[in-house]
Amino acid sequence: MSKRLFVKGNEAAAMGAVEAGCRYYFGYPITPQSDIPEYLSRELPGLNGEFIQAESEIGAINMLLGASATGARAMTSSSSPGISLKQEGISYMAGAELPGVIINISRSGPGLGGIDASQSDYFQSVKGGGHGGYHIPVLAPNSVQEMYDLTMHAFDLADLYRTPVMLLGDSVIGQMKEALIANPRPVRELPAKGWAVRGKGGAEQRVVKSLFLGDGELEAHNWRLHAKYQVMKEKECISEEYETADARLIVTGFGSVSRIAHTAVTMARAEGMKVGLFRPVTLFPFPEQALAQAAARAGKVLVVELNTGQMVEDVRLSVGAAAQVAFYGRPPGAGSLPSPEELLEVIRKNYEGSAR
Amino acid sequence: MRKDVLIAGFGGQGVLLAGNLLSYAAIDEGKNVSYFPAYGVEKRGGSATCTVVIADGAVGSPVVGQPSVLVVLNQASLERFGARVRPGGILIVNSSLVDVSALGRSDINVVPVAMNDIATDLGDPRMVNMVALGAYVALTDAVQLPSLVAALSQALPERNHRFIPANVKAIETGAEAAMAKKEA
Repeated sequence: MSKRLFVKGNEAAAMGAVEAGCRYYFGYPITPQSDIPEYLSRELPGLNGEFIQAESEIGAINMLLGASATGARAMTSSSSPGISLKQEGISYMAGAELPGVIINISRSGPGLGGIDASQSDYFQSVKGGGHGGYHIPVLAPNSVQEMYDLTMHAFDLADLYRTPVMLLGDSVIGQMKEALIANPRPVRELPAKGWAVRGKGGAEQRVVKSLFLGDGELEAHNWRLHAKYQVMKEKECISEEYETADARLIVTGFGSVSRIAHTAVTMARAEGMKVGLFRPVTLFPFPEQALAQAAARAGKVLVVELNTGQMVEDVRLSVGAAAQVAFYGRPPGAGSLPSPEELLEVIRKNYEGSAR
Repeated sequence: MRKDVLIAGFGGQGVLLAGNLLSYAAIDEGKNVSYFPAYGVEKRGGSATCTVVIADGAVGSPVVGQPSVLVVLNQASLERFGARVRPGGILIVNSSLVDVSALGRSDINVVPVAMNDIATDLGDPRMVNMVALGAYVALTDAVQLPSLVAALSQALPERNHRFIPANVKAIETGAEAAMAKKEA
């Protein structure tokens, strides 16, 4: 086993990117994610890579698009308002089927909002934040170790499906420090990048674009993208369950709040309540089937989010009529993070109503 | 085993360094740790807090509502967090700067340590954080004192390694002061 390091979540994501072979980073500083560009500005030049502090977030996302079009592993990162600015570029990358990793260590909004931990970017992340009806895989780490591991996974997914991939965290996950085992990048068979534009060199012309004007061309393109999303739904769902086997109430939440819920569930168990935790790790594709099964067994699901209700919609779609769905939300703001004790109180109330 | 502590003070008192050092020591002992800082935009002044959770198993929540131990270095932190200490828990208070007489809690163990006075006697009031940490570790056994001492070289940047002997002394003196209060 390699040494256990003690690092920030943001640093772990940057380390994971380097280990995954990312050598190109383009970004513009913004709290609470600036440790990512800070780390990469130090490391990439020595690795024969390139770090560019762009003139703006829009500049950075289009630099990512360009680097990715050559087949290189590249990434950008920002926080909520900056991610909004990148949406046009993400849409173009999705349309042109370009891989690339985008990390959002989100702030609270709308507008300029604040810098506190928040999950108010769920809709923007998973429902196609830009125009044109696309989806991109969205990963929601809940630990420093996952910031590292899932960043590496994000690069693989990006290459596997020729798609931008987003990592969605918040200031808890980005700023918290924990032990990290910086394992080597897992070996995964990935398709050759026969589409990359690196100079023709006498070979056949390759074109990377998101403009399809030919008769029926765009419709076919959209159906092909749709088919790709179906494969992702089939193959790429990741979720984690804790104490769900005999649970009568399933608590579900992603990212930072899932950590708080984990402790609340442990406390509830200590009081004799049969409560479990279901955590989606992939937000798109949403682990519908796994959640539906756990929910049907329990009969009731309590969704906890740091917003006024977003993922709860996907939970309702997943479980259908098989379980009752309750929601507890904490919209962003200073001091808005619930404590495990507060979640325990919410669990108690919901458990009473669910006992069969 | 799961231990949590909230360390709170004003920016510049070394709250974050104390939390970092404790975390490094726990990691070196093979434990799982989360360190969660919260601080204002000011370089000095303002509020600085960090929550450290040390566990043999899963850490779970890095956010703690009712800490089992609260270490307060200034009056404002006592007023903000004093009511939150878990019943039966410990409040370690920097009695050089903080007056606990109005706290009104008989359900917790209050341990006053004159941290600023001790640090000043040792040569530098800036070591108040090390005195606090020594007191915390002595009262809770969250980590072993030698682990804390060994972790100093990781938690401090190399340019500050020359201060390690003085910091070791501050940790040890804080530990002794806390034990003396506990036995008293």
